[in-house]
Amino acid sequence: MELCDLTALDLTLLLRQKKASAVEIIESAYRRIGEVDGRPGSLDSSPLTDEDKRKVHAFITLTDERAVEKAKMIDRQMAAGEDPGPLAGVPFSVKDIFCVSGTPSTAASRILANFNAPYTATPVARMEAAGAVMVGKVNLDEFTYGSSNESSAFQPSPRNPWKTDRVPGGSSGGSAASVAAGEVPLSLGTDTAGSIRQPAAFCGVVGVKPTYGRVSRYGLIAFASSLDCPGPVARNVTDAAAMLQVIAGADEHDATASPDAAPDYLAKIESGVKGMRIGLSQDYFRITYPDPDTGELMTQPLPTEIEKTVRQAAEKLASLGAEIIEDVPMPNTRYGIPAFFVISRVEAASNLHRYDGVKYGLRAEEPITDLRDMYRRTRNQGFGLQPKLRILMGMYVSAAQYSEEYYKRALRVRTLIRGDFENVFDPNGKYRLDALLTPTTPTTAFEMAAVYGNSVLMQYADQLTVPANHAGVPGISLPGGLDENQLPVGIQLLGADYTEDKLFRIGRAFERATEAEAWRQVKPEVLQ
Amino acid sequence: MSDQITIEVFNHLVGLAALELTEEQAEYLRKQLNNQLKVIQELKAIPLDENVPISLHGVPYEKENSVAPREDIWKPYPDPEAILAQAPQMEDGYIIVPDIPHTTLK
Repeated sequence: MELCDLTALDLTLLLRQKKASAVEIIESAYRRIGEVDGRPGSLDSSPLTDEDKRKVHAFITLTDERAVEKAKMIDRQMAAGEDPGPLAGVPFSVKDIFCVSGTPSTAASRILANFNAPYTATPVARMEAAGAVMVGKVNLDEFTYGSSNESSAFQPSPRNPWKTDRVPGGSSGGSAASVAAGEVPLSLGTDTAGSIRQPAAFCGVVGVKPTYGRVSRYGLIAFASSLDCPGPVARNVTDAAAMLQVIAGADEHDATASPDAAPDYLAKIESGVKGMRIGLSQDYFRITYPDPDTGELMTQPLPTEIEKTVRQAAEKLASLGAEIIEDVPMPNTRYGIPAFFVISRVEAASNLHRYDGVKYGLRAEEPITDLRDMYRRTRNQGFGLQPKLRILMGMYVSAAQYSEEYYKRALRVRTLIRGDFENVFDPNGKYRLDALLTPTTPTTAFEMAAVYGNSVLMQYADQLTVPANHAGVPGISLPGGLDENQLPVGIQLLGADYTEDKLFRIGRAFERATEAEAWRQVKPEVLQ
Repeated sequence: MSDQITIEVFNHLVGLAALELTEEQAEYLRKQLNNQLKVIQELKAIPLDENVPISLHGVPYEKENSVAPREDIWKPYPDPEAILAQAPQMEDGYIIVPDIPHTTLK
């Protein structure tokens, strides 16, 4: 086992015990990246070779000079007897949707390929202030628009470390893949419909979508501003909690960041689940799929292995003293994707109008006749198909004649989805849940190219995660087992606003209780 | 169900969005938009009481969990040069753009 295979908290402990230096830890991370990552994503890349198909390709940019400088500074602080911070020496990767001063901040889009951010996003600045060391920026779906990473303008796109012919999920696919492949113990991702939890499930790691507003969005290149949540990807629950502790909190640069201080997430993380009420809902055990020929929506039961994994987790938690409440009604779950298709597109279209070739990013080459011509050529060359789709749909459903029928209706459906959660988490209500236990995804990691191109099917990959984004409530995806193809199955815990501490506690209890199980000993293919 | 977004509507949207598409792109995007609209139509079937309000955010922003508006005071940005350095074309402190089309009012 290498240093890079250790957890974040083990690494920082070794540093404090002077058994490893920050420079040694960083060197270990870069060695692993050198072994498993292959060539980084780039524009206009050459066709895939057989070797490419066996690599992870999590990164777009490695920030090695910056990382070594930072690691040396931490080692100097340690030598001087100063406290270098709670995550001192811990390597982390950053989804390339966050601005980091002096680094390319591309959003995996050609339109921002040459953009060097003049400032640093709050969650990244907080990680660095806590002593963590950014080793590089990881790939994603273009502007986060996807669930497989294949839409990135920077190819090769990331591949799943468990089986490299599978997608890592998305949009935080580079984040989840870099953590699963042992390149970094922590990554900063974002979740708008499931973009942290779905890739975490596909790659067998822990992913947290905090309550909306728990983590500042300052410096995050926006997708859908009322849904976007930055959050941690980690190899275990405790590391995820430690990372959220560092990045959470009020921020004068983001008026939607909660002014309330975050509680101590580690204080009661080992307290177990005795007496906690955990719900199961039939509405999360059936899934919706568009018919491949007609596009009509069909309802199906969840794949047996995924349902079995969730039910086994419930039994495990019951054996630890939790009370399992069956048949909790979440009747509006199925409207999550239709409402998301409207709300997220309207917000995305609005956010994408700023890319015009004037202030930053790509500007189309001459010959250009006038300003309008420059806008059109720049946006056509700079945006891939996914941003174009979102702009067009956003403009259609928010047009004056349709806004009542589509946009306003979707916002009211959002109220119903929020109501489902308020009902089951109400401390004086019928269910009084501490958490809802569900599958994270309707399938395990699918094959590369199997879904990409079908924008409806791809969106339905988020059907079990998106309701939490509409409602704003926190969610966490944990590894729950492996399917018959030895691919990770994710289980999801959802809670009331600002109850991440409870979700960590339940997750940690499950983790401890399954530590010795055979599936926990299996490693991703790239590490075998 | 017939396509809701006809070629005419689609072309109008493309113009408004300041995009320019190849024929192949246009065909793919219009098909995907119409497939997505089929899903969006699901919303119509939901019984919605007239009193159901809209939610702009999931987590409600009440007075007690909202940040008070900042004072309206000017704060200099520490490094405006770094922002300006990102502009594709600059001259004498101005961002340069191609000719702005205009029509003369009668």
